[in-house]
Amino acid sequence: MTADVRWNRKDLLGIRELSAEEITFILDTADAFKQVGTRDVKKVPALRGKTLVNFFVEPSTRTRTSFELAATRLSADVINISAATSSLTKGETLKDTAKILEANHADIIVLRHSSAGAAQFLAERVRASIINAGDGAHEHPTQALLDLYTIRARRGAIAGLHVAIVGDILFSRVARSNIFALLKLGARVTLVGPSTLVPRAFEQLGVSVSHRLDEVLPTVDVVNLLRIQHERQRKEYFPSIGEYIRLFGLTKARAKLLRPDCLIMHPGPINRGVEIDSDLADGVQSVILDQVTNGLAIRMAVLYLCGGISAR
Amino acid sequence: MKTIIRNGRIIDPANRRDEIGDLIIADGVIGSKAPEAEDQVIDATGLVVAPGLIDIHVHLREPGFGWKETIESGARAAAAGGFTTIVGMPNTLPVADSPSTIAWIKDRAAEGACVNVLPTGAISKNLEGEELAPIGSLVQSGVVALTDDGHCVQNNELMRRAVEYARMVGVPVLDHCQDYNLVGNGLVHEGYWSTLLGLPGWPAAGEEAIVARNILLAELCDHQIHCQHVSTAGSVRLLREARARGVKISGEVCPHHLALTDESVQNFDTNYKMNPPLRTASHVSALLAGIADGTLDVLASDHAPHAKFEKEVEFDQAPFGILGLETELGLFLDLLVHKTKTIELPRLIEMFTVNPARLLQLQAGTLSPGASADVTLIDPDLEWTYRVGESKSLSCNTPFDGWKLKGRAVRTIVAGKTVWAL
Repeated sequence: MTADVRWNRKDLLGIRELSAEEITFILDTADAFKQVGTRDVKKVPALRGKTLVNFFVEPSTRTRTSFELAATRLSADVINISAATSSLTKGETLKDTAKILEANHADIIVLRHSSAGAAQFLAERVRASIINAGDGAHEHPTQALLDLYTIRARRGAIAGLHVAIVGDILFSRVARSNIFALLKLGARVTLVGPSTLVPRAFEQLGVSVSHRLDEVLPTVDVVNLLRIQHERQRKEYFPSIGEYIRLFGLTKARAKLLRPDCLIMHPGPINRGVEIDSDLADGVQSVILDQVTNGLAIRMAVLYLCGGISAR
Repeated sequence: MKTIIRNGRIIDPANRRDEIGDLIIADGVIGSKAPEAEDQVIDATGLVVAPGLIDIHVHLREPGFGWKETIESGARAAAAGGFTTIVGMPNTLPVADSPSTIAWIKDRAAEGACVNVLPTGAISKNLEGEELAPIGSLVQSGVVALTDDGHCVQNNELMRRAVEYARMVGVPVLDHCQDYNLVGNGLVHEGYWSTLLGLPGWPAAGEEAIVARNILLAELCDHQIHCQHVSTAGSVRLLREARARGVKISGEVCPHHLALTDESVQNFDTNYKMNPPLRTASHVSALLAGIADGTLDVLASDHAPHAKFEKEVEFDQAPFGILGLETELGLFLDLLVHKTKTIELPRLIEMFTVNPARLLQLQAGTLSPGASADVTLIDPDLEWTYRVGESKSLSCNTPFDGWKLKGRAVRTIVAGKTVWAL
């Protein structure tokens, strides 16, 4: 089957609106692009002559670099705009900035923004393809896709697996996109963390909520640890980093509860010694660097698929 | 100038009157007997003849924000919605916390407003919740109530003193009930949709904590506190219990909190962003029950115009609020009288006339002989479609564009003069 039949979206705004088939199709497409990275010449002409704008209103190094590399390998021309260098600091609205980019013939805009819904806002107002690279606490679809890709590569399939997502779920777009994607592909999801950051309302999304990491760890195939950002959060969510580690940190002692084939994942950047023990992050069960490499393939696939639609 | 409105169903809840008859207007006031010769005859066959409707919760944006709305344009929108009296909120620039600003508003209204525009004054200086505004002087300049609407005095001691002071000068206190700590940067109702969308939640308890506070203070000070735009089941429960004990506490409800739920925010459309936020169907049911049993006895719009460029931004950066004056009567008639049959038409008119008039001690809301001839003619069964493009407001921020509604005002008369007719 060809891309024309299985993919008809100009934008990737979130996982929630995707079908299981669409998600699988992106993962399958990424398989092909992953091989490009192993060649001597790591470049294909798929987006030659296209202009991609990395529009990062919220700071990011990892995701921006990954998108830039992905676009470069697809032969697109890439421009990077950050909040500091954009006219947003001069009071220009997001809509106007995007219209200016469009007037400069941007074909694809990759948007990272602190406001939930910002990617959808742009997609409704410009003709260019909009790729959501994280909008507030809403969605971060390419992160979820690369996480699923990594799991699938290691475990063969997603369906039937039990995945724990641990940490600050309330403020996490990574968690939301992962929840949507994992459930659509038939995995079981348990969210673990302090009750303030993992409120029971999440159960309405179809996941389990637990506040006892030790009980969950022996039952899971994957444990995905999210970054804890105590310094940026309101202090009332949990008392201290020390107490967080005591209750929810993946320590060496806790890791003994894991099945030997359980994958340890982390979207990064890692707080070594906080959500995860430093040695475990580099250990045999960790697939953290696989996630980074796979992220490149996923983003190439997403840019290729959406960029192909916008061309028409 | 003598006018006779013939053969309408005259509903005047203040006088417990509901009958087919003629209404006489002579020289701008309601007359008692038919004149020997009239200058104007209005056929009201099939229409309801009601006291001019009153909306006690309107943002007119002047002074300071004339690109959103002016007193003149807001008054025209009010007339087109069937309102003859509107009460403006003080969150203008400058804030309506000084007699000079009140005088300016009254001058602007006298010059350009086609309906009665009544100002409110701030509770606290600059709406900051830190120190009392000059409440006595504001009342002497003509404010009909005190409110920090848009803001909420968090300091319970300051609020207590404000209510005590308001009792002395004889005006009620209207309160936008929002506990800042509980609500934080909340944008939408805390629940399923806030969880799904990753939007900061605005919990129902954030309103209810202040409603409870207000009940305690109304009791302590033995004075009227009116809770604005009540949106939660818990608020209704608290108000019901307190009113049953005779506490001087009341609440109003806005049409959007009945017509919509928080599900509407799922596309991040800022026309569904209001404060307090849209809530769930169970909260809507509780509001309807509160209207049915009289716990909530005032209807109001919270008309909050914002320019398109201000609303067309990221969800968290958009201002709260929507237009209301031209849709509220239609929405309430459609929802309360026709669809849910929560109340009958005379009660709806009561909630738009005599109840707000009593709350704010206004000389309005009645068809008693000698009263100012403020009259609204309503076709309660007229089916129509709201088109924001035809709005009299300067702004267009509404989620109701294109809605088909049943029932609307067809003529608005202020002091005997028709200021708007369909």
